[in-house]
Amino acid sequence: MSNPQDTVTGSQTGRGTDAEVDWRVRLRKFSKSDFVRSFPYWFVPFSIMGLGVYGGIGYNTLISLTDYEGFNQGPDFTNLDFDMYVQAMNDPWVWTTGKNTFVLLIVFTTVTMLLGLFLAIMLDRGIRFREKIQTIYLLPMALSFVVTAQFWLWMYNVNNGLVNTIFGVFNLGPFNWIGNPELVLGAVIFALIWQFSGYAMVVFLAGLQSISDDQFEAAQVDGASVLKTYWRVIIPQLKSSSVSAAVVLMIFALKAFTFLFSMFGQYRVPKGTDILATLMVREAFKLQNWAYAAAIATILLVMALAVIAPYLHYQHRQGSL
Amino acid sequence: MSNQAPTRDDSWASILPDLPYWKIGLSIVITFFFAFFIAPIWTGFVTSFKTSGAVTATTPFVPPGADGFTLEKWGRAIDHLSTGFVNSLIMTFPSTILTVFLGSTAAYGLTLVDWGKRAQFAVLILFLVGIFIPYQAVLVPLSDFWINIFPLAEILSPVWELSFMEYDHARLLSLTITHVVYGIPLCMLLFRGYYLTLSDDLVEAAKLDGASITRIYQRIILPLSKPMIGVVFIYQFTAIWNEFLFSLTLIGSSSSPAATVTLVLSGLGTDLSGIDFGLRMAGALFAALPTLIIYALFAEQFAKGLAADN
Repeated sequence: MSNPQDTVTGSQTGRGTDAEVDWRVRLRKFSKSDFVRSFPYWFVPFSIMGLGVYGGIGYNTLISLTDYEGFNQGPDFTNLDFDMYVQAMNDPWVWTTGKNTFVLLIVFTTVTMLLGLFLAIMLDRGIRFREKIQTIYLLPMALSFVVTAQFWLWMYNVNNGLVNTIFGVFNLGPFNWIGNPELVLGAVIFALIWQFSGYAMVVFLAGLQSISDDQFEAAQVDGASVLKTYWRVIIPQLKSSSVSAAVVLMIFALKAFTFLFSMFGQYRVPKGTDILATLMVREAFKLQNWAYAAAIATILLVMALAVIAPYLHYQHRQGSL
Repeated sequence: MSNQAPTRDDSWASILPDLPYWKIGLSIVITFFFAFFIAPIWTGFVTSFKTSGAVTATTPFVPPGADGFTLEKWGRAIDHLSTGFVNSLIMTFPSTILTVFLGSTAAYGLTLVDWGKRAQFAVLILFLVGIFIPYQAVLVPLSDFWINIFPLAEILSPVWELSFMEYDHARLLSLTITHVVYGIPLCMLLFRGYYLTLSDDLVEAAKLDGASITRIYQRIILPLSKPMIGVVFIYQFTAIWNEFLFSLTLIGSSSSPAATVTLVLSGLGTDLSGIDFGLRMAGALFAALPTLIIYALFAEQFAKGLAADN
């Protein structure tokens, strides 16, 4: 059996058996391969991230099976069961917050997307000062939720807030936006739409700019109106942008915690606007019910994966991964 | 307009672009949304310069008159927030730089080097899921990790002998590391999108010349990445500066000497008599200052980062 690599490996290895030579050659080739050489580049960040994300998720799942609560003693893994999940399913508060999460997710995502699409089409109509206008529309996205929550707390102030001032012009109100359990969720959703519609707009604008003007002009030549052209020709091509924006917004709605905490300044937010994300953090860091909080976190994670998995599958099928 | 408009919408819509009121209408709508987006920020801005009396007595968005004007709220806000502000700076810069660097190398190893398409795809998917998971799913392990498993404060105990360092600052270090860990996936994705647009020929030619993977990264990819490094840096800096959930859960109390600016802000100006809105608004704007400056200078890069993260 001849070895074509003999000349490469040199005479020192020539005395060994063919198998030995083969093994050495392979090792040398392997150590010079792209896999080994590129290994430090992706594996270091990958392992750091993997430890944090997947190690964290695994450990969280494990904790959710214990009865861990209280301060500083660490979980006890001798007795694992699904008690915390049973407790969560029987907890009416979990269902209330689950319902609020769902309302927030649907209303917030839908309205933000529609408004973002509307703004993007408007700015795409070749108006003057487009860049400057886009900068203002996107400005809320550059601010922390802690900051915007303060602004909206003042906007919604029952006696002196701007929102009630505007309603006062029409002889309506004043409404207690924050204090009234019927209104508070709507108020929070409105503020979040304010913050995020600029983001949706930017995503749609990027999508619109990848569509050539020819298509628009061709439709116009065929006698289609502006509205019809958008409806029939342009908007269907924004499917990929829409999916991306919707996923980002839905995931945000699931984990929205900071805005609510900052607006009310405490772990316990009004019942009308309490969502699973706030419930989880409160159970863990205010009440030290670590295992119970971990179980709620797992529920949230499953909900998020139910959004992410179809999205990644869709992206893969589109060939855009 | 009304007497001209026929009932069928396509006939009136088709004549609209020729008429100036189409543009007038567009301008009105654009101005309306301009006011909509700027109103809360503007209202906060003018309120931060009002005396407590003027806050309740004047219309929220009208600037204060001469007798209602004060800089006292800004002074107090800066007093309260300056430690948090410095802490945030100390945390944000190293974690941003590290995240950007690790994101870039990860994207390089996954796009421009081919070491098995299927395995690379699997690693990519694991990164992508890491972008989207709700952080609530790792909060309990994270706090357990930094308190019980890897108590940084005790490991570094000799350092606290130094006069200017305090025990609590270990938490700031934990927070910095945490931000790096969870920032990597998104930075990787942003760089990946950019590296995919680079031509393969460049790397192939360098390889034929015998350049190693490391050399290609240092000599070709890193210099070419400059515009993207700017985008990712701005995006990541803003994200980490604005972040709150990790600060709250890892540092815990807004009175801690290691508290970040967002953490201090969340409790600012509240006492039994209610909220001092002038102080709150001044504090909010002060805390937002670095991101506002970055945004004013690099709005275009910020928008690019946002649009590219899907």
